[in-house]
Amino acid sequence: MKRYVYINDDESLQELYCDNQISNRKYTVLNFLPKNLWEQFSRFMNQYFLLIACLQLWSLITPVNPASTWGPLIFIFAVSASKEAWDDYNRYLSDKKANEKEVWVVRQGIKKHVQAQDIHVGNIVWLRENDEVPCDLVLIGTSDPQGLCYVETAALDGETDLKTRVIPSACMGIDFELLHKIKGVIECPNPDKDIRRFDANLRLFPPFIDNDVCPLTIKNTILQSCYLRNTEWACGVAVYTGNETKLGMSRGIPEPKLTAMDAMIDKLTGAIFVFQIVVVMVLGIAGNVWKDTEARKQWYVLYPYEGPWYELLVIPLRFELLCSIMIPISIKVSLDLVKSLYAKFIDWDNEMIDQETGIPSHAANTAISEDLGQVEYILTDKTGTLTENRMIFRRCCISGIFYGNESGDALKDVELLNAVAGSSPDVVRFLTVMAICNTVIPVKSKTGAILYKAQSQDEDALVNAAARLHVVYVNKNANILEIRFNGSVIQYEVLETLEFTSDRKRMSVVVKDCQNGKIILLSKGADEAILPYAYAGQQTRTFIEAVEQYAQLGLRTLCLAWRELKEDEYQEWSLMFKEASSTLVDREWRIAEVCQRLEHDFEILGVTAIEDRLQDGVPETIETLRKAGINFWMLTGDKQNTAIQIALSCNFISPEPKGQLLLIDGKTEDEVCRSLERVLLTMRITSSEPKDVAFVVDGWALEIALKHYRKAFTELAILSRTAICCRVTPSQKAQLVELLKSCDYRTLAIGDGGNDVRMIQQADIGVGISGREGLQAARAADYSIGKFRFLKRLILVHGRYSYNRTAFLSQYSFYKSLVICFIQIFFSFISGVSGTSLFNSVSLMAYNVFYTSVPVLVSVLDKDLSEGTIMQHPQILFYCQAGRAFVVALETNSFTILQHLAIWGNLVAFYVINWIFSAVPSSGMYTIMFRLCRQPSYWITMFLIVAAGMG
Amino acid sequence: MNSNTPSSSAGRAGSADSAAPRRNSKRPKYSKFTQQELPACKPILTPRWVISAFMLVSIVFIPIGVVSLFASRDVVEIIDRYENVCVPESFRNDKVTYIQSDVDKICNRTLRVKKLMKQPIYVYYQLDNFYQNHRRYVKSRSDSQLKNNNSQDDVDSCKPEDNTADGKPIVPCGLIAWSLFNDTFNFSLNNQQLAVNKKGISWKSDRDSKFGKNVFPKNFQNGSFIGGKHLNSSVPLSEQEDLIVWMRTAALPTFRKLYGKIERDLQPNELIQVTLENNYNTYSFNGKKKLVLSTTSWLGGKNDFLGIAYLTVGGLCFFLALSFTVVYLVKPRRLGDPSYLSWNRNPGGH
Repeated sequence: MKRYVYINDDESLQELYCDNQISNRKYTVLNFLPKNLWEQFSRFMNQYFLLIACLQLWSLITPVNPASTWGPLIFIFAVSASKEAWDDYNRYLSDKKANEKEVWVVRQGIKKHVQAQDIHVGNIVWLRENDEVPCDLVLIGTSDPQGLCYVETAALDGETDLKTRVIPSACMGIDFELLHKIKGVIECPNPDKDIRRFDANLRLFPPFIDNDVCPLTIKNTILQSCYLRNTEWACGVAVYTGNETKLGMSRGIPEPKLTAMDAMIDKLTGAIFVFQIVVVMVLGIAGNVWKDTEARKQWYVLYPYEGPWYELLVIPLRFELLCSIMIPISIKVSLDLVKSLYAKFIDWDNEMIDQETGIPSHAANTAISEDLGQVEYILTDKTGTLTENRMIFRRCCISGIFYGNESGDALKDVELLNAVAGSSPDVVRFLTVMAICNTVIPVKSKTGAILYKAQSQDEDALVNAAARLHVVYVNKNANILEIRFNGSVIQYEVLETLEFTSDRKRMSVVVKDCQNGKIILLSKGADEAILPYAYAGQQTRTFIEAVEQYAQLGLRTLCLAWRELKEDEYQEWSLMFKEASSTLVDREWRIAEVCQRLEHDFEILGVTAIEDRLQDGVPETIETLRKAGINFWMLTGDKQNTAIQIALSCNFISPEPKGQLLLIDGKTEDEVCRSLERVLLTMRITSSEPKDVAFVVDGWALEIALKHYRKAFTELAILSRTAICCRVTPSQKAQLVELLKSCDYRTLAIGDGGNDVRMIQQADIGVGISGREGLQAARAADYSIGKFRFLKRLILVHGRYSYNRTAFLSQYSFYKSLVICFIQIFFSFISGVSGTSLFNSVSLMAYNVFYTSVPVLVSVLDKDLSEGTIMQHPQILFYCQAGRAFVVALETNSFTILQHLAIWGNLVAFYVINWIFSAVPSSGMYTIMFRLCRQPSYWITMFLIVAAGMG
Repeated sequence: MNSNTPSSSAGRAGSADSAAPRRNSKRPKYSKFTQQELPACKPILTPRWVISAFMLVSIVFIPIGVVSLFASRDVVEIIDRYENVCVPESFRNDKVTYIQSDVDKICNRTLRVKKLMKQPIYVYYQLDNFYQNHRRYVKSRSDSQLKNNNSQDDVDSCKPEDNTADGKPIVPCGLIAWSLFNDTFNFSLNNQQLAVNKKGISWKSDRDSKFGKNVFPKNFQNGSFIGGKHLNSSVPLSEQEDLIVWMRTAALPTFRKLYGKIERDLQPNELIQVTLENNYNTYSFNGKKKLVLSTTSWLGGKNDFLGIAYLTVGGLCFFLALSFTVVYLVKPRRLGDPSYLSWNRNPGGH
């Protein structure tokens, strides 16, 4: 399960691992046809049509020319095959470009220019600034004296900020010239697709002094498809190449989502197939009986008395072929076509462009638009989805003193400014934690202003606020941080960073004050991750009050704490930490455990409160969608009070007299069980009253409820139209989606951050907000929109139209096939149940391909109600949710120019086609159409049919 | 010191700038099509609209119905069913034996003209319960053989009447040609022969391009089991009009085929003597045979259905228009009243 990469060893590894040839191709020239055909024929419908087409080659049973089925079949196959071929060719071209790119690689100790595809595992690859990384590398050297380099990972995870990567400590300080000759071994796991983890070890061979095992993390790697930025050069050892890179492994086609409508069409197809079999059996038997009784008397048919062995099968098979048009061959193609148009309409919609950033909406999944019209549950993230995720530092509480309560802005609070000016030690410590307990990188721009590159919006807000309060984080030079306070520069050396994880809910740094050599642990985190660990004797009551008070106002709170460490305590712990960070198995968990040993006996400094404003139009959107019968669940990692406040302010729940909040809490199974049952009881009683009842559950109780009381919780989920789940982890979000899906509800998950990705992928429809937390969610989602309020339009306008149009199209496809099929069946009763086709081959084919498909396709422009009407009366959506439109009338409600064109054009086409065939002497229907058109009775009859049809 | 204070939005401003050129190219072009705003007409079925549409339909349809009914009534038709009466009493119990025997099958019928029949008078024979549309039957022909002298051997589709017992191709091959109708009719009026024109009873296009001028019947009806009429092997197929008519197979089991035209007027109460040869076997399947003499109108033959249908639809529309008017006057309803919406009528009950 491990791979040992010998650095710069030209001989041994050539064969062991694949070279760096990237291949995204699905096919080769040779296997294209068989593979593509195999894929197409693995679908039931296609198998069916192939069977029919093959049966038609038997002239004894075919009612029409085989071309009438083979033609459309080959056409449809050719269309999808050439689309695949074109895509694959483009992939081939881009692969080729990437594979043949020249890169510098060390071969036999000399730097050489080779093609990217010739890189082998263990090779040392040199990159210059702005180069694309050709394979996954472990850094061993950069131009930066501190061993740092910056990479842009946009192609990998969609985040546009620069990420810092650092060379492993073992390689620190190796001379530029010696890097060619470096030898060693990297022990790393087999290729996987986790782009956030790389748990490996590096050991260099002599003469390179460091003989210890040096742990490697993802911070020591640069991955394929990233770009090297702001760094003159960097070099690294190839560890994963070709399709085995992290990017290569994470490629792969996500499982296609099937819409409710597709499932329905499939079911309908199945039902029609069964019906068809029944019809065939009945007619087949009737035909054979007729043949044996009546046909013997019809001397002119000359039925032989002794038939071949398959005699009994002939008539049923003929009917099978006659009825084969019952299942419309064109429906898949038409549906694919219109669905991609729905997606385009979403992409094109001017009203769904984020005016601020200019990002239009995008439908990444073109196949599921009509599901938007059938959504029953929306599960939404809070931060960045309902709110803007633009964090502003508003208030704080330092050592029991509240700042910013009067003005609502602590930065303008005179008392705080005075305290800063007076260098009050508590306040200074507080601000120091704000400024340096983070992973922010300060970048000096050319004008001298300092820009902060932060991965978290909270940290960004804190650092900026500290800077406004004159504790300015000015520079980070390798491990040395510089803080400027009141004109003096204070330096800190960062010893360790205990990173934030959503399980630990806090992050810490261990720094050494360079002035007095003291080692300090600085922590910040959620209240429940910090306050319980205060040293014995500290009064945390004011902080708890502060947290509650801020949460009431809908502010996000963070607790700041610190602790001075003794030298030996730190040394001892440092060893454990190092060991934990170099484990290969369960590294994350081990680190968390070790961190726990240091993060205790805090001295709590204070509480910060950060405001995250609601996005525009969120309350209105929620209200409208609510009216449309959609239930909302809020799933957030935030704490309960904050979540409830936000929920109140955005119409999610109603305030007391009208609404009622039911809490499910408890730390043990029993408590949760009792609380759950109580809530269920209340819920059952109040379900008849016109009252908005919502339940609130936190992550801990949810864990227990999902594990032990799944049934009760499911019942609760069905009863409740609103729910707030706070403190939930990404996997719990996904579990909740799963729960609702298992109750047969159509779910839509909307979120903006990496923690929402799993929920988005799990849900029937995933919507990502291309927000500030990067594009991760948007890339994983089926639809990405710029703002939450576009959801209204997405569902009510696009979802509903798509639903109605697809319903129309599929109904019509079945309708037209059944109509022509029934005519054939009725005709068979007056033609001696012998399986004669009333229509000739040309008419049948033209009926399917031209007359009935084109006018239907333009129904994608149909609008039954104007957009304004739907927005005003969102209740209309009930009809879609119930799936009722699928059985309602076949009617087009509005006619645009294109529709007129298609309908009348089609009428003209009918006559033109028939006249052309009537003019060809060799065709069976020579002059028939001309004769027909000369008869007044034909026109009078046509008029009657049309008028009666309209009536 | 303040000069170094970073602004909180600086970082974002920078990234927004780099996105600026991309933004413009990403922004979709505005057009009425992309925004789904194509001008559309949206017929709303208001009561006025519906009533006037129904009214209009009835106003147009009732006259058309009356006119076509009159046209159809003008057509004079004489129908004579003869397959039973033309079998002698002694054979009535076993008609099949009669028809297959060699006895003389001449039969005399008298038709009385009820009304003035203007020329041309079309003579049809009508068969009932005869499945010309049977799959085995309708496929049993070879179009290429009928047209080209060179493709005589093209008889694959003609089974089982493709080759003679000694393997020579039959021209014209197939069940259809083989079972050609062979009853003959002679008409006389007041003991004078009434000429029946048998030229031009088939479609010109069939004569010209479906049946060859140099294709002559060969090996036809030579088998042991004779189907129907024999063909004169010195006359090309393009002039065998009975065959051409017969080979336009009928879609329904009851059909009329044109036999000939009588090109003179027949006066009322004139008696026409028909001498017919009852050769064709419809007895084995209980088929009826009828002789039909009919005139035509501008609308074709006698067909009351069209007129009645027009009158029915027109009448129905008139009735609907009337009743809608009454409903509209008695109980008017404002257009677009939201209180009629289902969720407004019974709140909560969805």
